[in-house]
Amino acid sequence: MTRWAMVADLRRCVGCQTCTAACKHANATPPGVQWRRVLDMEVGEYPDVKRAFVPVGCMHCADPPCMHVCPSTATRKRADGIVTIDYDLCIGCAYCAVACPYQARYKTDQPSFAYGGAPMENEKETFDAMRLGVATKCTFCSDRIDAGLAKGLKPGIDPEATPACVNSCIAGALHFGDKEDPQSNVSKLLEDNEHFRMHEELGTDPGFYYLWDKAAKQGYGRGRSGG
Amino acid sequence: MSYGPRPWLQLHWDARAAANFILGGTGAGLTALAAFAPLGERLHQIAMLAGLALVAAGLASVWMEIGRKLRAVHVFFNPFTSWMTRESFAALALFAIGLSAVWTGTPLLYALASLAALGFVYCQGRILRASKGIPAWREPTVTWLVLWTAIGEGAGLLLAFVALAGSPIPAFAPGALGLAVVARALAWSVYRGRVESTLAPRARAALEPAGKQLYQLGAVAPLALLVFGGAVDAYASVAAALAGIFALATGWRFKFVLVVRASFNQGFALPRVPVRGGK
Repeated sequence: MTRWAMVADLRRCVGCQTCTAACKHANATPPGVQWRRVLDMEVGEYPDVKRAFVPVGCMHCADPPCMHVCPSTATRKRADGIVTIDYDLCIGCAYCAVACPYQARYKTDQPSFAYGGAPMENEKETFDAMRLGVATKCTFCSDRIDAGLAKGLKPGIDPEATPACVNSCIAGALHFGDKEDPQSNVSKLLEDNEHFRMHEELGTDPGFYYLWDKAAKQGYGRGRSGG
Repeated sequence: MSYGPRPWLQLHWDARAAANFILGGTGAGLTALAAFAPLGERLHQIAMLAGLALVAAGLASVWMEIGRKLRAVHVFFNPFTSWMTRESFAALALFAIGLSAVWTGTPLLYALASLAALGFVYCQGRILRASKGIPAWREPTVTWLVLWTAIGEGAGLLLAFVALAGSPIPAFAPGALGLAVVARALAWSVYRGRVESTLAPRARAALEPAGKQLYQLGAVAPLALLVFGGAVDAYASVAAALAGIFALATGWRFKFVLVVRASFNQGFALPRVPVRGGK
């Protein structure tokens, strides 16, 4: 089995938001909607304060609360772990949005454009009325993955088959791959580094991992989850 | 809207969604109790129809909030895991049985309508509980709080309705209201004890006064009024009406606050900070 997962190396992320811009460009999301965003977080008390940039978005959980609550079955999970939304089924009740512990879902009822009421040329071309009044979120660029796989490419390795945010990352902080494949890039990263997942205590089994330190070679074992 | 790590108020469900919990809960509570109240046929029918109308008004209100109104029928597609779908089916059953009960006057149908009403409001409680993104809602005891709040509101409305209609107050009604408001206060107390540490400060600040009112004006005051009304016959109707109104109003305020004002998410957490350099 395949489970697509994303890995963010918090030691490398510089908070440049290029992934956010790339996502908006690739997915044509309207103003205020950021399927991939980067939080600027401060931790600790003066003088012991640390700062971290934390990419967030849909965590493509293995046990997604959004899917369970969805009354229309619009939200589903593919066999490869990607959580999807069928815009034709969604009624826009936003139950999924309040069920998601990662605030990854958006609902836009009216068209909105970067410069007010009139769309720019590119916005005219990419505008999709199907996305109005329904829930939207990060798709892990599943269309790119599917098209890439059809061409025999490897997601996470070949850019054409890799999510736009990962391709755009200037610091090499974002990675994508099959977590079930022990030889994959993400499996190796998880093995070699300490990692955690967001709000693991909620039992959603997110498919988004955060690296925060090298794995201890002795004592604690390798690649343990720090969450 | 802030997208920082600190919790922020969800804006997806507003007063229209709250109205479904408020009106639906009261309507279901009224229907559930009216089924067993010895009110006489006419008042019985009126109470049942009023309960159904309130539930319908709540559902109409939440329908106004959904993004794709013409697809509303899709709400029935996921009875396997979605409490919203189950709530919809419970509402269908409630309307079908309730209207049949009014039409035929069959006591069995009234009793079944009562069960459907309780099922409907239980689903509402589970809807909140399944919302993992909102700490004030996902606490498991919220289900019982919502259930007892609905029964308290229904009992309050029933008593106020009977008292204001000038009908003799059935013996069971004050007792039902007393029991409901005490159970509701206990449910609030248990819920508060369990949820308090998980709430964002602003969520706690919103919830606390509404909970206090639920206890003081929603339980102590109605009980005092019921005792007073029982002791002084001349004021029995006024006291009963006021007790009912207090129970109803505090329940409505509490649910509005729970859904609209205390619905902060939990933000984001960083259990480990990145270790940079030195290795």
